[in-house]
Amino acid sequence: MAGKKKKEFEELRIGVFICDCGSNIAGHLDCKAVTEYAATLPGVVFAKENLYTCSEAGILEIQEAIKKHKLNRVVVASCSPRTHQPLFQNSCKSAGLNPYLFEMVNIRDQCSWVHMQDRENATRKAMDLVRMAVARAAFLEPQQDIESPLTPRVGVIGGGSAGLSAAEGLSRMGLEVVLVEKNKELGGLLRNLHKVAPEGVDASERLEGLIQDVSSRPNVKIFTGAELKSLDGYVGNYVMNIRDGEGQTVKESVGCLVIAIGAIPLVQKGLFGHDGKRVITQMELEPILKKGKFDAKRVVMIQCAGARGDERSYCSRICCMIAVKNAMFIKKLSPDTEIRILYRDMQMYGTEKEKMLWEARGEGIRFEVYDPAHPPEVGDKAVRLRQPLLGREIEFAYDLVVLSTPLVAREDASELSQLLRVPMDQNGFFLEAHAKLRPLDFAADGIFLAGSCRYPATYDEARSQGLGAAARVGTILFKDKLVTSAIVAEINPETCVGCMGCLQMCPYGAISYDQERKICQVNEILCKGCGCCAATCPSESASLRGFKPQQLMSQIRAVMEG
Amino acid sequence: MLDVGRHPNIKLMAYSEVEEVNGEVGNFRVKIKRKARYVNEDKCTGCGACSEKCPTVVPDAFNEGLSTRKAIYTWFAQGIPSTHTIDTEHCRQFQGKKCGICQKVCQADAVEYDQKDKFVELSVGAIVVATGYEVFNPNRIPEYGYKEIDNVVTAIEFERLLSASGPTGGHLYRPSDLKVKEEVPALEKSLKKLSKALERFEKKYGQKSEEFYKALGKEEQGNDPDKAKWAEAYEQKEEVSKRLSEYKAILEKMDVAKKLAFIQCVGSRDIRFYPFCSGYCCMHSIKEAIIANEHEPETNSVIFGMDIRAVGKGFEEYKIRGADHSSITYVRGRVAEIIQLPDKTPVVVYEDTMERVVREEPFDLVILATACVPNKGTKELAGILGIELDRFGFFRTTQANPVDTTRPGIFVCGCADSPMDIPESVAQASAAAARAAQVIVETEMKKAS
Repeated sequence: MAGKKKKEFEELRIGVFICDCGSNIAGHLDCKAVTEYAATLPGVVFAKENLYTCSEAGILEIQEAIKKHKLNRVVVASCSPRTHQPLFQNSCKSAGLNPYLFEMVNIRDQCSWVHMQDRENATRKAMDLVRMAVARAAFLEPQQDIESPLTPRVGVIGGGSAGLSAAEGLSRMGLEVVLVEKNKELGGLLRNLHKVAPEGVDASERLEGLIQDVSSRPNVKIFTGAELKSLDGYVGNYVMNIRDGEGQTVKESVGCLVIAIGAIPLVQKGLFGHDGKRVITQMELEPILKKGKFDAKRVVMIQCAGARGDERSYCSRICCMIAVKNAMFIKKLSPDTEIRILYRDMQMYGTEKEKMLWEARGEGIRFEVYDPAHPPEVGDKAVRLRQPLLGREIEFAYDLVVLSTPLVAREDASELSQLLRVPMDQNGFFLEAHAKLRPLDFAADGIFLAGSCRYPATYDEARSQGLGAAARVGTILFKDKLVTSAIVAEINPETCVGCMGCLQMCPYGAISYDQERKICQVNEILCKGCGCCAATCPSESASLRGFKPQQLMSQIRAVMEG
Repeated sequence: MLDVGRHPNIKLMAYSEVEEVNGEVGNFRVKIKRKARYVNEDKCTGCGACSEKCPTVVPDAFNEGLSTRKAIYTWFAQGIPSTHTIDTEHCRQFQGKKCGICQKVCQADAVEYDQKDKFVELSVGAIVVATGYEVFNPNRIPEYGYKEIDNVVTAIEFERLLSASGPTGGHLYRPSDLKVKEEVPALEKSLKKLSKALERFEKKYGQKSEEFYKALGKEEQGNDPDKAKWAEAYEQKEEVSKRLSEYKAILEKMDVAKKLAFIQCVGSRDIRFYPFCSGYCCMHSIKEAIIANEHEPETNSVIFGMDIRAVGKGFEEYKIRGADHSSITYVRGRVAEIIQLPDKTPVVVYEDTMERVVREEPFDLVILATACVPNKGTKELAGILGIELDRFGFFRTTQANPVDTTRPGIFVCGCADSPMDIPESVAQASAAAARAAQVIVETEMKKAS
């Protein structure tokens, strides 16, 4: 407390550094005038123009000035904080100044670049921005980064190919794994398959190797017939409440989680006359092929059965490959069986799958395109098709119709989504943090996803994603402790009335209600510093560190003064 | 990019090449050539004063030659590290001419003409290969007329034309019009020069050039060399001003391209070139058509493909949205030929297989979705790393270990492994990171025991 008192009376000593960026800034505005102006601002005891503030010489100048002029605030007017703020903050830190007492102004993008033809106004705008920054800097407070411990263990939910790959990856990276599988056995969907495309290896061979490897690892704990019932805590310090095979509740502490619960192939009675006997799905065909005996002489496969339509608009990605794989294996078992694959687009993307398509054609498998406006009709004896390439209807007599149905989200996925507080897309698949750049992350920290619960995946894709999720976990758990920015929300317990307006606004679930004290409180680790709570709070009890009303208002007042 | 550039655990060596790899998993020694940039990376602040003043203008490879850069340059504006490089093939200083301007204007004192390639040796436990791919050169398909027909471009050229930071500021002008626009200043300059020359003759002989030329008999022309020059200049001037007015007429009518044809599988799914499917091109054509339509709502696009492979998450929905809201038509068929009308309009000759008719259709611009093919350096790199290639020329992996190459401790991800889209590449990159981390952890454990 003594320290705090001392700070209240501390004299403001602000240092301002104006960067020329060679001629990049100085070429289009008068940096000298801006520097001279900065020196006149209240609280500023030192102002300096640098050729390049970010160069070694520039950094040294900041650090020397902090010491020589006893600066307790530093303002740099240069380029983008996105690229250079960390550098300047660290330089302040190593000179003994708390990095949160640093403020940055972007006079390159916002002045010299956008007002290249108007030197006078670019200079004036730079002065305005510097005045605002100095006003705000006066009210900045020193902050400490938030540190919390990490549990170097990982929960993997789902023991199919993606989950097993994640577990294998994590275990070999030296992290303890708790693997939770709902079924009695590990293996997921792969357990039901006969062969794996495109290499044509037995699915069981692929699977057994992986299961054996994972089961034999001393740092992997496996629960089968088990379920994650609830999850407490936050990144680095989760507690999973698992109902194990015996129905007992077990608590397991983990730092991160990987969700790999897979998806299930659609079986829909009546779809194209599906009866499970003469009209079956690809997944129902697999065990027949596994037996190694195949009688049907005329087979018709129908692609996109239940997919890419009104009910389910998405393409399930892997069904074309499965159809071609199974068709080729039928040909192996029974070379004179006639096979026709009725399709809309053959989705054989990539190198090996396209090669399979060529080979299948070579083996006499016939591909017949259909128009979704005129889907095939499955009769008692024949499939009728309007073949657009011929411009007329044709009929194929059949012994067996095989429907290539999509993988659909598991029914229990939505339960898990609520329990983990992670989002799903309109098809019930889990929604990643960024479709392109963060495919294996959830927006929530410390929870990752892999395999067909994200979107239908082939074996190799599921395996890559499982291993990839392991690496993503590593980015958090390979550290000694979790360090997060001090720029988070705080709620003043003395003025909070517990209206819970902020709790509803918080997109990160970082605010909770304390039943006893009847107030809201912030979990600093979960808080991302978005400021929604501060904007919502009717009593100004919630505020964002570094962006408190006084800090923002001083900046706004300063712009009006100009 | 920025995160990689400033991560404390990442040492970034751009403009460098692997020369030699020795050792084994857990303990590789890698020799790296750091090519001379002739600019000191540590001193250069990326301010750009050097390239602003550099007198040598060369085609900008990043913009597919659609714009220009200087001989001292950055590959593109946001490149990391933020530094410059001298293109010695074009730099006046390196071509033995007097210059040295960049060194004079550099206030950070970063330009070093005497820099040499440097070699460094690294000790590493594992190696990740992420060398990517290149696109198929459509010159190999003469019937598509690439480079013969101005308004036939590759998808990557189209991306640059569509980019707000690209050579046209995102305005989709036809390359044939851009060429005309580019030639106008030179023509204007030569017209000015010729007019001045004519003025001199007119003053000297006190006669209007036009009158002189009309009165001029052919025989007379040879007798007086001075008058022959006059006549020649007059003829030239007439020609130049005629061409200039033609060009100006074109430019007056110049409008952005609004009718686009996208041709899929250029070089891929084609046994003459690459039999495989490049996987992502159907999606980039749809995306480009949607963006073009956002820029100019009157834009109509036709995408010609055998199958439209919209196989990723949300892709089929995106494809349908393109048809419903961005005026895209999908035509099932392989384009046979592209021809050109005298006004530079390209015409696509194709069979619509679903309608069973052969059609010829004019477009403003034709975009070729070129195949994703192994990099030229792939073979050489495979030799240096001691790893195998698959039958398509990409680095060999197996299904059981999709990011492991044939040599323990060396991993691969992205299109160096096989063609794939961004999310798949990112997921694979993470997988390769996991496998590399395993190697490091297991090596440490072995050492400890």
